[in-house]
Amino acid sequence: MNPTEIMVSDADEKDVDTSRVAPIENPVLSMLRQDRLPHIWCPGCGIGTVVNCFSRALMSSGHDMNNVAVVSGIGCTGRVAGYMNLDSFHTTHGRSIPFATGLRLANPGLKVVVFSGDGDLFAIGGNHFLHAARRNLDMLIVCVNNFTYGMTGGQVAPTTPLKSTQSTMPFGNFEPPMNLPFVADAAGASYVARWTVFHIRQLVRAMKEGMEHKGFSFIEIMSPCPTLYLRRNKLGDGVDQVRYFKEHSVLKNGANTQDVAITATDPIVVGTFVERERPTWLDSRNAQLTATLGDRFVPYGGQNVQK
Amino acid sequence: MGKRIGMEVAVAVAEAVGLCNIDMAAVYPITPQSHIAEHLSDLVADGHIDCEFVTVESEHSAMSAVIGASGAGARSYTATSSQGLMLMHELLPIASAMRLPIVMGIANRAVSGPLNILNDHSDIMPQRDAGWIALFVENAQEAVDLSIAAFKIAEHKDVMLPVSVNIDGFQLTHMVEPFEMPTQEEVNEFLPPFVPHATLHPSKPVTMGAFAMSDYFTEIMKAKDEAVKASKKVIQQVFDEWGEKFGRPYKLVETYKADDADVMMLTMGSMGETAQMAIDELRAKGVKAGLVKLRLWRPFPFEELKAVIGNAKKLIVTDRACSFGGPGGPVFSEIKSALYAEARRPLIYNYIIGLGGRDVQVKEFVGMFENVLADTANKAADTYEFWGVRE
Ligand SMILES: Cc1ncc(C[n+]2csc(CCOP(=O)(O)OP(=O)(O)O)c2C)c(N)n1
Ligand code: SF4
Ligand SMILES: [Mg+2]
Repeated sequence: MNPTEIMVSDADEKDVDTSRVAPIENPVLSMLRQDRLPHIWCPGCGIGTVVNCFSRALMSSGHDMNNVAVVSGIGCTGRVAGYMNLDSFHTTHGRSIPFATGLRLANPGLKVVVFSGDGDLFAIGGNHFLHAARRNLDMLIVCVNNFTYGMTGGQVAPTTPLKSTQSTMPFGNFEPPMNLPFVADAAGASYVARWTVFHIRQLVRAMKEGMEHKGFSFIEIMSPCPTLYLRRNKLGDGVDQVRYFKEHSVLKNGANTQDVAITATDPIVVGTFVERERPTWLDSRNAQLTATLGDRFVPYGGQNVQK
Repeated sequence: MGKRIGMEVAVAVAEAVGLCNIDMAAVYPITPQSHIAEHLSDLVADGHIDCEFVTVESEHSAMSAVIGASGAGARSYTATSSQGLMLMHELLPIASAMRLPIVMGIANRAVSGPLNILNDHSDIMPQRDAGWIALFVENAQEAVDLSIAAFKIAEHKDVMLPVSVNIDGFQLTHMVEPFEMPTQEEVNEFLPPFVPHATLHPSKPVTMGAFAMSDYFTEIMKAKDEAVKASKKVIQQVFDEWGEKFGRPYKLVETYKADDADVMMLTMGSMGETAQMAIDELRAKGVKAGLVKLRLWRPFPFEELKAVIGNAKKLIVTDRACSFGGPGGPVFSEIKSALYAEARRPLIYNYIIGLGGRDVQVKEFVGMFENVLADTANKAADTYEFWGVRE
């Protein structure tokens, strides 16, 4: 999202310095709650790019936007729920997946997308991730991995690479980070992919695939946090990081998720790692109860059942 | 004697805790506590304190980890705020039931929803019945002094209970204030090494957190109540010792121009200083106004409060939290029941103020006094009102 383009919105028109206004309206503007802009994200932050990709994925998906809901936890990434022009649920830190579970099961017709940070989904909320993946709940989890707790000032996160400096790891991190695709795969996620904010086309495609996929889909997106992660580690600004992603990524669709851990020296493995068919929670439940109760059971909300 | 310095209060609290020879700290970051956590990690990393410091994956884990550490006999500290404290809630009664002298700094912040990161007391109020000693501070000096004194209170053999030190988020944690930092030698003299009453050690097995059904449960609850009540005496003793050593005496209930006051206000935490200025203004106009500042929230200092209320005719209780559908703010209902049996008691008014960081200025405190003084028919007594609400 280019801020000068955002200024074209009607709401702001009269206050705008017209000499700086770009002539073309941002193509994803309709997907955003323009009254909530400008957003809080720092210059060079990758979250905006992810929102842009998500908007494009939605716009080209053909979905009725009244049937899509975004659920976020708390964090810089968690703010996405507040900016998308969709039904959204801004929940508490770590609990986006349980909120989404309730939402999805109470209204099985909804497309539910959880949009949150690495800390939210894998530190304080890690347990929920494991169980939703195990159940193969039908939802897409978009995790913006910026290797840190951005919102609270750059403390060490479960994704912080070894030796990186963080405000609570002043001499470098000594806790091994999680390999998120491996965790997702092992817990039972049925679609697992990783991209970076450099891979915008692939990311748009992956988001569409993740939304269409029946079951628990997980996309990790590596994203720069220039303010708290890059600066503290002398890794340049947002553009430097995107350049790094460009130069150091290798595409390995179907890679063994054990081999895709992020390290300081190895290339970043990107691609679609897992795509498997597995009954969703509702399908399993419908099958089990139909087998036991026969006609007395009315299936609810599964793959072949309308609400 | 310590040096007079200026410092951000959150950092000062971490420095003070760093003087207490702690063995273990477990934290999860949350605004406005983060600077306490970050500065502690610096102190440990720089070798200033010989302490295990772990950034666990949530506040639930942070409280669990310090319970474990304290059970092993380690002097343990954590700090949190708001949602983090709410997440710790499950563990708080366990720490007190196990009689573990943990000290926790709380950078008080409003509880969601809606999401808000600014100061009020809605995080600590729901923890009222957890069996923790709860202290409130008003400025940097008190935050530093009581963060240290808290260990001595908690670890006293007649107490052995966890203590929370409540420090208003932002209003206090993020201010740079002048204060005197005790020296390491002074703290060493004041705070003896921690001798736990029981520890988990293989050579002397004990069970902590054992099961108790209806046959013992009531007795254990009664014992805990006695322990919390009895701690009040020790708290004042430790405050007296502090006063002697550092020349800054503390009381369970502090007062300002209260002796001859006709109309009084009661505050907790950092707003006391603002209210104090309102008292000065009112006194200049000839109003006999006075202030009561509650330093100790649990155990509740009944006698001490009654003693300072004296002959006041009206008492304005300020609350920084709500008890929805209840009898008024939580402090108000406490004060009302504390004074219920008194033959002579002031008319009690309640204003719920400063929610979610809303500023309350000197002129507003003056306004509260003026409203109450204008209520000559005592119509508003015993009721509560949200101050400054836009309707
Ligand atoms: C129970 C609780 N604990 C702590 C916090 C403070 N907090 C807010 S966001 C956050 C971390 C955010 O990190 P991440 O999920 O990676 O999101 P980012 O900001 O990096 O996008 C923390 C610790 C909170 N809001 N609630
Ligand atoms: S702190 Fe980091 S993650 Fe948060 S908005 Fe700024 S750059 Fe983005
Ligand atoms: Mg993050």
